[in-house]
Amino acid sequence: MRTLILPLTLLSLACSFSAVTMAAEHEVGQKDKQFTKKSISVKVGDKVNFVNNDEIFHNVFSLSDAKLFDLGSYPKGDSRSVTFDQKGVVEVECAIHPDMKMTVNVE
Amino acid sequence: MKKLNHKRAMLLTALSFVVLFCTGLKTAKLDEVVYMPGHPSLQQWLLPDVPPQPEDNRLNDDRIALGKALFFDPRLSQKGNMSCATCHNPSLGWSDGLPTSVGHDGKPLGRASPTVINTAFNSIQMWDGRKKTLEDQAIGPMESGDEMATDIEKMFSFLRSSKGYQAMFEKAYPGEEIGRSTLTRAIASFERTVISNQSPFDRWVKGDKQAMSAAAINGFKLFMDRDKGNCAACHSGANFTDNGFHNLGLASFADNEPDLGRFSERPLRLMKGAFKTPTLRDVSRTAPYFHDGSAPDLAAVVDHYALGGVVTSNLSPNMKALTLSAQEKADIVTFMEALTSPMPAISMPELPQ
Repeated sequence: MRTLILPLTLLSLACSFSAVTMAAEHEVGQKDKQFTKKSISVKVGDKVNFVNNDEIFHNVFSLSDAKLFDLGSYPKGDSRSVTFDQKGVVEVECAIHPDMKMTVNVE
Repeated sequence: MKKLNHKRAMLLTALSFVVLFCTGLKTAKLDEVVYMPGHPSLQQWLLPDVPPQPEDNRLNDDRIALGKALFFDPRLSQKGNMSCATCHNPSLGWSDGLPTSVGHDGKPLGRASPTVINTAFNSIQMWDGRKKTLEDQAIGPMESGDEMATDIEKMFSFLRSSKGYQAMFEKAYPGEEIGRSTLTRAIASFERTVISNQSPFDRWVKGDKQAMSAAAINGFKLFMDRDKGNCAACHSGANFTDNGFHNLGLASFADNEPDLGRFSERPLRLMKGAFKTPTLRDVSRTAPYFHDGSAPDLAAVVDHYALGGVVTSNLSPNMKALTLSAQEKADIVTFMEALTSPMPAISMPELPQ
């Protein structure tokens, strides 16, 4: 029994370590009332930080089936992040400035 | 010799710091607005004479003439007594001068009539942004039971049976049927001719030193200053709008059933009571102000912003209380008045039979 537990523990540790290292972080800015990237591709489990680089408040939200979120509004220098946990195309917008749109392709 | 070289090196280093510092300053200055008539930094405020148009609806005289006839034709409403121009009257800044409009059978409507002026430059239409383009919005009031309450099929029967309209549609959109697509494209074409870009401000931007008074120029500086007027936070760009949505903290947001504005299109808390930023071009012609018409004049608008809103429960994060003297407020109003172009002559069309 003990001989089985050790390899299983090691395997589970290895899996969780690999899961941690596989999830990546991406950054998308908000500058001059535009997202700095029109689209990005990420993997399931990746995190995207949305950074406001404008003098005014912005918002970030999505009503897409693949990820529904609303990061509220925040000022210059602040950032908020979203983890994309499901495959699909996520349309991201700023509710305050609807000309600001971008797409996150979750693969 | 070594000493001399060392001194020279020190001098060169110091000089390059000075050059770098000066270049840096110069760049920073170019990025800023310089309040001198004709300055390059001001040219971003000039609007073209011809606005953007969709591929399938390029402007031409026939389309504009058809759109103008349709715009002024009351026969497009159910009772034959309302046209687009009823609520978008050229003599009243292409609005109606009322706090909120009056619709079919005298029904009071919930919102002020937005001006048609420079809607050609908008990337989104209506107070709540529910229509994207001028073509999208053109038939909206006819379809609304509260507004023109048009019997749409009956209207198209009338247009198709009118010899005059048949000829006008054929000239404007050869080979296409008289229908929703041609009607909306024609009205949108006419609306794209309602442009304001010849104001004293425009002349000043182009270099006319006499075009704006000292008070108006000071008003522009205050308008731009985030720590004073903070107006450009939303009224930005050449058309003085960010095409964005903001809750301004109007008193009517405390009504029992307040108008939730943009929330109907984007159900996010931030959008409750948020409405689209209107252009400030020709703003002195479009009183009263705000979507609920609650400000009778521009002075009242500035007072509202100085207060930082009345009902602040969902206030736009881009709004804040302002510290402005009475003179500064007056100067901002003077600047906004300088955004008004001379009214172009407009002739009433003879409507086709």
